[in-house]
Amino acid sequence: MPMEFAVECKGVIKDFGTGSVRQRVLHGIDWQVPIGATTFLVGPSGCGKTTLISIIAGLLSATEGYVRILDQEITKMRRSRVVRFRADHLGFIFQQFNLLPSLTAVENAAVSLVVQGVTLATAKRQASVLLDRLGMESNKLKYPNQLSGGQQQRVAIARALVHNPKIVISDEPTASLDAETGHEVMELLGQVASGADRAVIVVTHDNRIFPFADYIATMSDGRIESFRKNSA
Amino acid sequence: MFSIALKMLFHDRAKYMGLVLGVAFSTLLINQQLGIFIGLITRAGAVIVDVPQADVWVMDPGVKNLDTIFPLRDTELGRVRGVPGVAWAVPLYKSNVTIRTGNGELESSLLMGVDDSTLIGLPPEVVLGNIDDLRRPDAVAVSMDGYRKIWRNEPLKLGNIAELNDRRAVVVAIVKDSPKFTSSITFFTRYSQALQYTNNGRNQMSFIVARSAEDSTPAEVAQSIVARTGLQAMSAEDFRWKAIMYVVQNTGIPISIGTVVALGVLVGIAVVGLMFNLFVLENLKQFAVLKAIGTTNIRLIGMVFLQAAVVGFVGFSLGLFGATMFFETAGKSPTFQGFYLPWYVAAASGGVAAAIIILAAMIAMRRVLFVDPAIVFRG
Repeated sequence: MPMEFAVECKGVIKDFGTGSVRQRVLHGIDWQVPIGATTFLVGPSGCGKTTLISIIAGLLSATEGYVRILDQEITKMRRSRVVRFRADHLGFIFQQFNLLPSLTAVENAAVSLVVQGVTLATAKRQASVLLDRLGMESNKLKYPNQLSGGQQQRVAIARALVHNPKIVISDEPTASLDAETGHEVMELLGQVASGADRAVIVVTHDNRIFPFADYIATMSDGRIESFRKNSA
Repeated sequence: MFSIALKMLFHDRAKYMGLVLGVAFSTLLINQQLGIFIGLITRAGAVIVDVPQADVWVMDPGVKNLDTIFPLRDTELGRVRGVPGVAWAVPLYKSNVTIRTGNGELESSLLMGVDDSTLIGLPPEVVLGNIDDLRRPDAVAVSMDGYRKIWRNEPLKLGNIAELNDRRAVVVAIVKDSPKFTSSITFFTRYSQALQYTNNGRNQMSFIVARSAEDSTPAEVAQSIVARTGLQAMSAEDFRWKAIMYVVQNTGIPISIGTVVALGVLVGIAVVGLMFNLFVLENLKQFAVLKAIGTTNIRLIGMVFLQAAVVGFVGFSLGLFGATMFFETAGKSPTFQGFYLPWYVAAASGGVAAAIIILAAMIAMRRVLFVDPAIVFRG
């Protein structure tokens, strides 16, 4: 039976701190992220979006509840398996790009494959093809500090996609980009999500890119307030 | 991942060089100072090393080192020769004399009087001349460094005349001896001739040097000599160590050099530890990114240790090269003659460098292991 949801959260609670300084950030999240779609997670700053995607990605553990991702319960996996799972199935795009300054564009793009155990030379060949598709032919050997914000984000996208992950988790991918580049980035991510067994989750405040969403979840005060198909 | 670790390391060249130089400086200081220390204290036993034929040394019971000597009676030689296990025994004279150099300056020199008949007591390596010529009147052999000090800028030649305690001495041979602790000029002559240079009469024997018979060990023979004569006797090796330990225990050399070595280690730990920690701290977000995208902790530990190992290896190699160059260059000067870098000092400094780098890596590694990968989502 084919999977219905890429991610399923059930009763996810997250507390930070203990005792009198304990603060509840997520209040029992129930959420299902459809497969084969681009889902936006929106909401005001501090509502818990980053915490929620960190739990989905296995970077943070939930205080209560569970998260199933690609039909596997990540909240019950051993730590080492979670790390392996991330390397095999997840791609990340960060707001600050987080490229490694000591690596060239093509080496940065190759990192996700190297993490999987592929040699750097082989990984660079595959990353190079992807960077060509992203219009970075002439910038592959440049270091991050020699690239513009848009170019750095393309490298970050290449790094997130080069190992062909099932799910891409993207945090404010267009925050540092102009409108045109932001649209290009979203078109690329949309192509990834078009696969039947794939999904893209985008955390964003940027309403310029809302038309690229298939679904939009709205968070407020640690809760999913609404989840709807995007009609825009 | 390891190639990525190396790229991270080499990217910040200033910090990389700082780390490497920290290890190199520490290694250089440890090797240079310990090499000098070993070279210095080894000189305390140089006279013994220069008589390789003898394996037993006999002296007055009160003698603690080679420089404070109480002479033996001439009759003791016969008694020692009569001890079972002694293959042969010959007298050895050691004294300080004043010599006048070619330009009229006075220098202190060591005078060694060797057995008249066998000439045992002379260093084995003759640079110029024939040691049999020592049997001629007023004949002396001079150490190479001594020759260069007395007859500066002159080529090595025989027939030069020196004044030893105002008495004429003709150089008939130039020999290569071990560098001494107190003087770089050593004259060798026959025992009977040496007594004339120092105006001493009978009973002036500084040492008796002997050889143990083939069926006895030097220690056994030395014990027999002690038992039968009441004199102090020990194997050449034991006497050499006694002379060395006298310098170690009665001079400030070990404390002085030990302090510099300790400072070298401390500076190494402080500089390398702090800089490596800073290096990891500055790259912490990169490690967090790698962690977030699926790099295991074991691989991250491997990356940190590889970076530390490269810094340690390159720094240690540079430091060792510097120390070797020092001894190669300085060893040519008479002041540092005989100073060298023993393999065990190099090995020990390698151990210290490894310890410094492992310590630095372990401190830094904690940060890498405990960095929260979720920080990559924070602005």
